[in-house]
Amino acid sequence: MELFFQQLINGLSLGALYALIAVGYTVVYGIVQLINFAHGEIFMIGAFGAFATWTVMGRPADWPATTALLVLLPLMMIGGMVAAIAVAVATERFAYRPLRGAPRLAPLISAIGVSVFLQELIRLFFGTNPFIPSSSWPVRIPGWPDAKSAVPFPSVTGISGEIISIGGVTIQMPAVFTLGALAICTVFLWYFVNRTKTGRAMVATSQDPDTARLMGINVDRVIVSAFAVGAALAAIAGVAHGLRYGNIDFRMGFLAGLKAFTAAVLGGIGNINGAVVGGLVLGVAEAMATTFIPGQFGSSAWKDVWAFVLLIMVLVFRPQGLLGAKVVDRA
Amino acid sequence: MSSNPDESGVGVNAGEVLLDAHNVTMQFGGLRAVNDVSLRVHTGEIVGLIGPNGAGKTTFFNCLTGLYKPTAGSVEFLGEPLPPKPRLVVRAGMARTFQNIRLFHNMTAIENVMVGMYSRTQTNAIDAIFRLPRHRREELASTKRAKELLDFVGLTGSGDSLSRNLPYGDQRRLEIARALATDPKLLLLDEPTAGMNPQETRQAEELIFKIRDLGLAILVIEHDMRFIFNLCDRVACLVRGEVLVEGTGKVVQNDPRVIEAYIGAPATEPDWQQPGDRPGEGVADA
Repeated sequence: MELFFQQLINGLSLGALYALIAVGYTVVYGIVQLINFAHGEIFMIGAFGAFATWTVMGRPADWPATTALLVLLPLMMIGGMVAAIAVAVATERFAYRPLRGAPRLAPLISAIGVSVFLQELIRLFFGTNPFIPSSSWPVRIPGWPDAKSAVPFPSVTGISGEIISIGGVTIQMPAVFTLGALAICTVFLWYFVNRTKTGRAMVATSQDPDTARLMGINVDRVIVSAFAVGAALAAIAGVAHGLRYGNIDFRMGFLAGLKAFTAAVLGGIGNINGAVVGGLVLGVAEAMATTFIPGQFGSSAWKDVWAFVLLIMVLVFRPQGLLGAKVVDRA
Repeated sequence: MSSNPDESGVGVNAGEVLLDAHNVTMQFGGLRAVNDVSLRVHTGEIVGLIGPNGAGKTTFFNCLTGLYKPTAGSVEFLGEPLPPKPRLVVRAGMARTFQNIRLFHNMTAIENVMVGMYSRTQTNAIDAIFRLPRHRREELASTKRAKELLDFVGLTGSGDSLSRNLPYGDQRRLEIARALATDPKLLLLDEPTAGMNPQETRQAEELIFKIRDLGLAILVIEHDMRFIFNLCDRVACLVRGEVLVEGTGKVVQNDPRVIEAYIGAPATEPDWQQPGDRPGEGVADA
C-alpha cells in the first residue's frame, strides 16, 4: 500500500508537469484549432530562460533557503516566463499568423519547423555561444556553459534535493513545487478565463471567432494572449523540470511536449480543465505502470509505451477525451 | 408608422444622416448579390429592408458591418468611411444580430452581454493579472451594466443560464442585449422575429420601439410584413440585389412591383423562362 501511495505521489507530480505544458496546447487549439508542435520547445526555452537568468545573476549558489525561495526562484521563474512568452508571441506573429487563412497542414508544418529551429538555436546559443564568445567579449559572463547536451540546472536551496517523508512515503520538494505551481496556476487560469474581459473574449473567440469579431473583439490580440498564457505555464513547467531532474538540455521539449500533447488529447483538447485532468491521469498511469505491471513490461523503460497505449485506448473508446473536447458549434 | 406625410421617405423622428451607403455592389465571382444599392439611415429612424429570399439583404448587412468588403461603392458612417475591420465597425458604433442565432452558446447570458462590452472597456490583461483596482472597478461596472441590459430586453433573472438553454425567443432578445452592450448608434437586426409566435413578435416590436426611444437608429430585415409595416418609418424593398422601391410603408405596400416580386406577375409565360430567375444570374432587367 505504501508503494501505491509512493507511486501515486510520483505520478501526480509528473502529471502536474505534463498538465502545466498541456494547458498551452489546449488553449491555443481551442482558439485557433492549431496543434502548436513548437510548444514543447517553449517549455524548453522557459527552462533555459530561467537558467540564463541565474547565469546573469552571477550564478548564485548556496543562498540560504529564505533568500533562495523568495528572491532567486521568483527571479528565475520570471526570467523563464519572459523568455518563453517572447518566443511564443514571436512564433505566433511570424510563423502562424501569416498562415491564418491557409490549409490546416501549412501551420502544422510551420510548427514543426519552428520546433527544430528553436532546438538548434538553443543548442548553438548555449553550446558555442556565437553572441558572447567566452574569450574575446569584454563583458563576458562568467561561466557561460559550454554544453553539448545537458546543462546542470541551478539548485535552489530549500527545494533541490530536499525531501519530506509522511508515513513512509517520500516526497521530493521539487514534486511539491510542481504540484503547488499547478494548483496556483489552475486557480489563476480559472480566474483569468471566467472573471476577466480578456478571458471572456478568449472563450467567445473559441466558440465562434467570426461572431466574436463582429462583437468588437480584437481576435488577433486574443490569439496572442492565448499563446502568452500557454508559454507562461510552460516556463513554470520548465523550471519545475529543471529542479526535478537537476539538468536541462535542448531536446527536453520533444518528449515532454509529446506527453503533454497526449495529456491534452486525453482530457479533451480545447478543454482547460481537461488538460489538467489529462496530465494528472497520464502521470499517474505512467507511474503505476512501471510498478504494477509485472515482468520486464513494467520496467521504467516501458513507461512511454504504456503512456501512448493509454492515448490510443482513449482515442479509440472515447475520442472526445475524458472531459469532452470543445465542440466547435457554428450556426 | 405610415403617418409620415413625406411619401418619399425620411421619418418624422429622423435627425442627421448616420449611415450612408452609396452604390454598394457586392460580387461573388459571377454572382452579383448586391447591385448598386444606396441607402441612408438617419438617427432615431427605424428603416426596414424587405425582399424575397436570396434578394441580397443579408449580404448587404454583411457589407455594412465590415464582414464583406463591397466590390464597388462606399459606405459612410457618421460621415467617415467605414473602417475595414468588423471590430472597428463595432467600435465606430454599429452592432448587429444574426439571422441564425449566433450567441456564444456555452457562455451564460450575462457573459454574452459582457463580451459585447469588450470594445468599450479600457482594462487589459496586465491590469487583470495584477488585479489592479481599475480592473475590479470596471468588472463591477460591466456586470451592473450587463444586468441593466438584460432587464431592458426582458431577461431579468436569466443572467446565469447558459445561453443555449434559454428559450428561443429569449435567445433572440439576448442577441439584441449583446448588440446593445457594444453601445451602438445604429442597430442592425437580421430577421429578429424569425420563428417567433405572434405574441413574441409583438414583444419584439415593443422592444424595438423602446430601443429607438433610447435614441438609436435601427435597420431591420424581416419577412413578417405586418411587423415591418407597423414598425418602420421607411422601407426599402430589395429584389435580386437591387433596390426596387423605397419609401414609407404605404408606398412600398401598394407598389405593384413589390407584390409581383413576392407573389409573381400574372402568368404570361412560365416562371422558369424568365432570365433573372436562374441561379447565378443575379442581374435582372426588372
